[in-house]
Amino acid sequence: MIEFFDYENLRIIWWILLGILLIGFAIMDGFDLGTAILLPFIAKTDIERRILLNSVGPVWDGNQVWFILGGGAIFAAWPLVYAVSFSGFYFAMFLILIALILRPVGFDYRSKVNNKNWRNFWDYSLFISGLVPSLVFGVAIGNIFHGVKFDFNEMMMIKNEIRFFELFTPLSLICGLLSITLLTTQGACFLAIKTDKIIYQRIKKVLKFLPILNIIFYAIGGLILAKISGYIISSPIIGSGESNPLAKKVIIENGAWLKNYQNYKWMIIAPILGFAGQFLTIIFSFYKQDLKAFIANSLSIFGIISSVGLSVFPFILPSSLNPNASLTVWDASSSYQTLVVMLIATIIFLPIVLAYTSFVFAVLRGKVTEKNIEQDSNFLY
Amino acid sequence: MNLDIIEASRLQFAITAFYHFLFVPLTLGLSIMLGIMESVYVMTNRQIWRDITKFWGKLFAINFAMGVATGITMEFQFGTNWAYYSHFVGDIFGVPLAIEGLMAFFLESTFVGLFLFGWNKLSKIKHLMVTWLMAIGTNLSALWILIANGWMQNPIGAKFNAETMRMELDSFQKIFFNDVAQAKFVHTISAGYVTGAMFVLSISCYYLLKKSNLEIAKRSLIIASAFGLLSASSVIVLGDESGYSTAHSQKMKLSAMEGMWETHKAPAPFTLFAIPDEKNQINNYEIQIPYALGLIATRSINKEIPGIKDLVKISENRIINGLNQYKILKNLRENKSTNPVEDKKYLTENFQDIGYALLLKKYRPDIENASSQEITKASLDTIPNVTPLFWSFRLMVGLGMYFIVLFALCFYFFNIKRNFEFKILLKIALYSLPLPWLACELGWFVAEHGRQPWVIEGILPTFLAVSSISKSQIFTSLFGFIILYSVLLIVDIFLMTKYIKMGPDKILNKN
Repeated sequence: MIEFFDYENLRIIWWILLGILLIGFAIMDGFDLGTAILLPFIAKTDIERRILLNSVGPVWDGNQVWFILGGGAIFAAWPLVYAVSFSGFYFAMFLILIALILRPVGFDYRSKVNNKNWRNFWDYSLFISGLVPSLVFGVAIGNIFHGVKFDFNEMMMIKNEIRFFELFTPLSLICGLLSITLLTTQGACFLAIKTDKIIYQRIKKVLKFLPILNIIFYAIGGLILAKISGYIISSPIIGSGESNPLAKKVIIENGAWLKNYQNYKWMIIAPILGFAGQFLTIIFSFYKQDLKAFIANSLSIFGIISSVGLSVFPFILPSSLNPNASLTVWDASSSYQTLVVMLIATIIFLPIVLAYTSFVFAVLRGKVTEKNIEQDSNFLY
Repeated sequence: MNLDIIEASRLQFAITAFYHFLFVPLTLGLSIMLGIMESVYVMTNRQIWRDITKFWGKLFAINFAMGVATGITMEFQFGTNWAYYSHFVGDIFGVPLAIEGLMAFFLESTFVGLFLFGWNKLSKIKHLMVTWLMAIGTNLSALWILIANGWMQNPIGAKFNAETMRMELDSFQKIFFNDVAQAKFVHTISAGYVTGAMFVLSISCYYLLKKSNLEIAKRSLIIASAFGLLSASSVIVLGDESGYSTAHSQKMKLSAMEGMWETHKAPAPFTLFAIPDEKNQINNYEIQIPYALGLIATRSINKEIPGIKDLVKISENRIINGLNQYKILKNLRENKSTNPVEDKKYLTENFQDIGYALLLKKYRPDIENASSQEITKASLDTIPNVTPLFWSFRLMVGLGMYFIVLFALCFYFFNIKRNFEFKILLKIALYSLPLPWLACELGWFVAEHGRQPWVIEGILPTFLAVSSISKSQIFTSLFGFIILYSVLLIVDIFLMTKYIKMGPDKILNKN
């Protein structure tokens, strides 16, 4: 049992946990971001907007922790990935930060002043706070496939030549669009559960075409991926070696990102889940099985994010400036000790988090209606 | 090395941290007070205590939103602006940060929603539990953040790995039970409790002076005075603990705070007043209390506290020693070592002074060729700015003493005498509202500025820790944050004032 947790396996476990945290973020905070994107289009009057806001109102704060925790886990378990990606995507991160700062204050401040301009201002701030992070996350993921321009000197100081406008390529834009439509679908699926009457009908219309867009963008992304070049480690792999990314050799090869699916056939489950989840979302939504539609889209998110991770495995962040300096599962993790401590903490606390999150959702179940808002106007968002 | 980028990054971190710390202490204190108020409601079953909790909860929510918003920046800034720091110590520093998210931030963020919106959905007892879980989450959050910060002040439980070129975790227990971190935690949360108590006290006094919302104001005053008196006393006691732990882990910080240039025969006097002259390394117009500092800092009458000048000499020796270690490291990293296994092992045990050698990077990239003048200059760099530290510390302590007196008076008049008519005291309490924030920010300044030139005490100089980013990047984000945060602060104060003026009776639809 203890032998199972050697350095190599711990790295794989932490790679999977990183994926779980990102998927958790996309599923949970995804519906908040999606709701914020839908806010100006689905809800026209003030009371309609307040229904939308209060559907996610009591839970968005907790959901956002998935993102904070994702950041913290990358910092602790993959410090090099954290250092290179956050400083490399500087402007992109700055945009995400600004957007995420606008969100808590948008929620909290919007309904506290009864003035049309004031409320409109915060509504559009919330819209931006949903749209910008969704777009930027997608674009960032698209850039993982291309590799980004970074290198290290002999003291492991990062040399970073990433330029903001070079981050936008056909593939990364498709990823960005997919991210927006996918999270908007997630928001719509959640709102279908939480709302009724006119808003519910509008949501249903949106849910007729959003999954189709998801399927199209995901398929295009896959086709581009087959055409571009990927990275392959050409030197022998030492899974339990020290985390020194400069110790290996990496070559670039066309279509390399799809090789994992040829070598390990079971991995094909991920993209299948990505597509199938979308078809199921359409079907369940049509038959008003709203909870099932939400679960179907969540499964699709699970499949799509997993397929990204599996395609580039064992790479986490390839370098196009010096491919040998790419960050991989085998040489970018923290020390054995740290991975053990973090794993113990996760095993203890993650189930507790999931338990009380479920409790909170159970308490807050049921639809948010106009009557709710009017009754408790001074205390709701 | 680009000084503009380094200074701008430091400024951005300082500004965003100071903003964040405007909201955190109030969250810490008020969350506990909400727990107390609601406990009274559940025990007495009197509606007014529910109203009190709901009213302060409303103000709590406005503040909480800003705390969350400004906190996100803090976590991501290590990566965006301090990339070498993140690589160099992420193996250790990331751990408490991640556990904070997992154990504390999830708890407070999940339950704050239920606290605000669950009044009609939960039974009395369940809602009370939610409130306490939120308060515990908030305070646990401070625990983990201060364990991370405590490690920056006293980096124990870590070892250097020459192959990965970073500090790695050696003992999690040592990091958790780091006495600097523990002292900081209790000192910081009690400062937060004082802030919460002052907030409730001042606003309640405002209602008493305006003769409105009297029922809620009087009850709030009683809670705030008692809670404030307890907290203000513990801040001083625990602050003393913090000073004691600084005396053995950060000698330079202590001597700089005290403006102590020379090593004094034990027990050293406490300097009450002085105008430090940093250029000539001397104090003018000193007023001293004999023996006091020696007793506080070493808790003995015979242990000496080294002065700044002697500490600089120690720094100089450490730089020279560190250069030898650095040369071995450099050879190893450039694959020129004849015996890499032996060298790596040697460095794991002898890395303590490499950080001191790295101070020379400010003067030349090839530090192994540093001249003796450069070494002397680098050793002088280990002195933090004495004057601002000396005065910030004294102002903070002075404010701490003032809080004890104020809360003791309030406790006497409000809680014991039940006299709510004492106009002067009401006014003093009202206008004291900003003071805890001032004290908190000063304390933070002393802790962080006093650690300079280090970002990790003795291990990594601040100027080496920055990201490789361009001037346009750092200045865009710096001005972006200044503008955004200033606007948000104005909105925050505007909304706070609006709801305070409205008062609980109106907000709760009474009358």
